[in-house]
Amino acid sequence: MGFEVLLKGKNMIRLLMGLGVALKLSILSVVISILAGLVTGMLASFKKSVFYIVFRVHLEIVRIMPQLVLLFIVYFGFSKAAGWNLTAEAAAILVFSFWGTAEMADLVRSALVSIPASQYESSRSLGFNSLQTYLYVILPQVGRRLVPLSINLITRMIKTTSLVMMIGIVEVLKTGQQIIEANRYQSPNAAFGVFAVIFLLYFAACYPVSRLSKYLEKKWEN
Amino acid sequence: MEDILKIEHLYKHFGDISVLEDIHFSVKKGETVVLIGPSGCGKSTLLRCINGLEDIQDGRITLEGCAINPVDKKDLKIRQQIGMVFQNYDLFPHKTVLENVMLAPVKVQKRNRSEVEQEAGELLERVGLTSKKDCYPRQLSGGQKQRAAIVRTLILQPKVLLFDEVTAALDPEMVREVLDVMLDLSAQKRTMLIVTHEMAFARAVADRVLFLDEGSIVEDSTPGEFFANPVTERARRFLKTFEFEKQR
Repeated sequence: MGFEVLLKGKNMIRLLMGLGVALKLSILSVVISILAGLVTGMLASFKKSVFYIVFRVHLEIVRIMPQLVLLFIVYFGFSKAAGWNLTAEAAAILVFSFWGTAEMADLVRSALVSIPASQYESSRSLGFNSLQTYLYVILPQVGRRLVPLSINLITRMIKTTSLVMMIGIVEVLKTGQQIIEANRYQSPNAAFGVFAVIFLLYFAACYPVSRLSKYLEKKWEN
Repeated sequence: MEDILKIEHLYKHFGDISVLEDIHFSVKKGETVVLIGPSGCGKSTLLRCINGLEDIQDGRITLEGCAINPVDKKDLKIRQQIGMVFQNYDLFPHKTVLENVMLAPVKVQKRNRSEVEQEAGELLERVGLTSKKDCYPRQLSGGQKQRAAIVRTLILQPKVLLFDEVTAALDPEMVREVLDVMLDLSAQKRTMLIVTHEMAFARAVADRVLFLDEGSIVEDSTPGEFFANPVTERARRFLKTFEFEKQR
């Protein structure tokens, strides 16, 4: 079945290190996206503001352009056109954060506008100022609505990091390909075994995140 | 008794549409004033102006001589002296009943937590919600939610209480429990302004009835007088809509 190649030499360790690269890129991009997305989303919730327009354009670009094209533009395009010699990892983090920030901001914005106006009014009539209203009334409710949606975004980001092999980063999928190539004659079936293990590795990385979301949803049912 | 709340020549419009025109009255300390009138006559808007939720275009509203609308931005605390209860309860869904009640006194008034908790317990007991204090709003009936919302307002010890059609969204059998709480408050000589469509209740609770139509106060009298002998034709027609005769 092709699993045996993974037992040869350091192949399994190499695969795990590849997964480490993929996770490092995703975690960094996710953290940047969440922080930047929270701020952008709050600013974008003020309709008719300049922030809203900038955010709409940003979101449209991200939605229309395949992530791979964005990666190529930043990694190959910018180095020639703008003279930015980014490392492949920096380019990847930049692109994924650019994407994640837009999507996260949209989630934050829609969660914010879904809070009924009466929540603001009753807070105001209880004497809360704007900051207190946000802190004690609005944001806790936004947070609860945001968790399942943002977890979905996080798992999508983890999966999409497999694209970075196209700009030469040796992550888990690329390592897998290298192992298959190197054993083409001895183990012609390696493709199945290696990709099956990669599937399990991605599952192991994403499943706990998705469980966490289920747990929080249950806890905050009220 | 002295006047506690004064509304002087108040004008309010939304764009070109005039909603309130030259509203001028004052409320004495301990008085229960009921505002009635057809839908869209401006009753709710008037309460919202008094609570500072709406800007006003002319005139002024004062509480014990302090301007509350237009309000000095630095003096938002004056809002706590006017408590408002809304039609749709508007409890905070992520907090339990007790937390809903305690949030404003602890966070805004910075009062001692255990002292507030004790007072919250007493007030919740008074409205019969002791057993529900750790429930979340979605676990409560409409009437229970509204009683919790009243307590949440009461704990701030406001000088004036505003009630904006607080029973309008309730099932009939829950209306009573909320109205009883309000009758109790009126008996305690709280200063209250009530917008309601419950005529029997209005008659029982009011010290004074204001009848509004098309943004103006048309009648200002006692409940006995108003319900028995309305002066204006408009009020007579309005009251008639609450009467039914068998069609033969």
